[in-house]
Amino acid sequence: MAEPQAEPSADLAIEVRGLNLWYGTFQALFEVDLDIEAGNVTALIGPSGCGKSTLLRSCNRIVERLGYVSTTGTIRVLGHDIHAGTASPIQVRRHVGMVFQRPNPLPLSIRDNVLFAQRLHAAHGPSRADQDAAVEQALREVLLWDRVKDRLHHRATGLSLEEQQKLCIARLLPTKPAVLLMDEPCSALDPAATAAVEDLIWSLRGRYSILIVTHNMAQARRASDQCVFMLMGRVVEHSATEQMFVAPQRQETADYIEGRFG
Amino acid sequence: MTAVRTVPTDGFATTSRERRALTVQHAARLLFLLVALLLLAPVLCILAVLVVEGAPGLSLDFFLTKPRDNGAAGGIATALVGTIWLTMGALVLALPLGVAAAIYLSEYARDNWLTRTIQVAIVNLAGVPSIVHALFGVGAFVYFLGFGKSILAASCTLAVMTLPVVIVSTREALQAVPKAFREACWNMGATRWQTIWHIVLPNSGGGILTGLILVVSRAVGETAPIMFTGAVFLRALYPSSVFDKTMALSLHLFNVSTQVTNVPRHVPFAVALTLIMVVLAMNAIAITFRMRLRGRKKW
Repeated sequence: MAEPQAEPSADLAIEVRGLNLWYGTFQALFEVDLDIEAGNVTALIGPSGCGKSTLLRSCNRIVERLGYVSTTGTIRVLGHDIHAGTASPIQVRRHVGMVFQRPNPLPLSIRDNVLFAQRLHAAHGPSRADQDAAVEQALREVLLWDRVKDRLHHRATGLSLEEQQKLCIARLLPTKPAVLLMDEPCSALDPAATAAVEDLIWSLRGRYSILIVTHNMAQARRASDQCVFMLMGRVVEHSATEQMFVAPQRQETADYIEGRFG
Repeated sequence: MTAVRTVPTDGFATTSRERRALTVQHAARLLFLLVALLLLAPVLCILAVLVVEGAPGLSLDFFLTKPRDNGAAGGIATALVGTIWLTMGALVLALPLGVAAAIYLSEYARDNWLTRTIQVAIVNLAGVPSIVHALFGVGAFVYFLGFGKSILAASCTLAVMTLPVVIVSTREALQAVPKAFREACWNMGATRWQTIWHIVLPNSGGGILTGLILVVSRAVGETAPIMFTGAVFLRALYPSSVFDKTMALSLHLFNVSTQVTNVPRHVPFAVALTLIMVVLAMNAIAITFRMRLRGRKKW
């Protein structure tokens, strides 16, 4: 598939400027400006209801599904305005993948899960060999291949939660996304599975730009390059992770990461 | 510093007040059980009478020969075949319309005045008496659309009557598919229709099938909607097209029990038994599907 791959001119995976967002009459985001560096893992932290998930869901335009959402401001992904007149939400979602809090593999086989998005977008079905290659590559990338290669035709919903979550990441990869959005990807997992998925996320760093919402301060601290702290729909502080945890610039940030509220 | 709380000296022994409460509770349980059992009575009585009185009249011949002497002799072959025509016709019409409406309501509709109006219309459609459906069928299908008194007009009438059942059961089946699957699809760039086609419909097939069977069991037994629109008391020929009139089991039962004088006692019972067996069999299949569907919620 030859595609007009955006030349990553900027070092920015996501560039948010003056983003306001309303659910009906309730304003959830206020004048958000944010630069997410390409190839890094950026953690979005903040108390419940601060707008982290809303911001995340704005980046692949899935918030629009709700129907009563209105926004102003711009979001550019790798230099391209996702709200431009020529931009289709379907193409945006293809290049900006989303992973959810609860693993949500589709009630299909493991193989069909991995190929689902690719089949949606391909005009003609790719050849069987190409599909096999895509499945193997995606599953290898998420460190799942050796564990499931002998049962690719089993239902994905029978996998363990950890495997399901890895599969949910794997199924995004065949359509060659640039950015992966993750909404608390480990919060439904036990500690061992959390560690495994964190390792995976860290291994994807570099090839993909990853924006991850988390409530887990320890996770933000050990598994991100950059950290963004949000409060009441605004970005309060954005800095390198070690700097935020060692020397936060703002009092609210210090209070939150030390567990004084939230 | 206050003392640590203890329990009373006699431990956790029951009080007389509690014993009274328990007695009332047992009495209440018994009362409600009796009332519930009472509900079984009519069903069992109907079945018992039909089996005792009707079973001797059932035979392969009864199903395979046409009625003679206005139904007093012979079998029920033409009525049985007619009922199959009418029911299949209703199914073919109601299923696509009902499933399409359910998909719209479940997957596309937003909560606005139009959606609420459609919901109210469905509830009201379900509550319309069947004789009113019959008269609507006469006006709309027999005369206005010019189908004449025919299987087509009768099937259309039955379809309109059973639409709410199809819509409600299909919508329930669609809504039983977890939202997380839809989110997964949408976030991979699937359109609503791709999501419905690849994920929602394949996982709600059982529920849709249940609705379909309920339509059959309802349509098989209805009399009023067909007697003005396509069913006749007596017809010697099997139907050959949807524009023919036809006999039907339900109307035949009405006929042999009230309109014809010299009918042997077992004939109406045998017809009724046939009718109720078809309906019960259909309901049993529907219930089995529904139970299997519930048991299979291992997403």
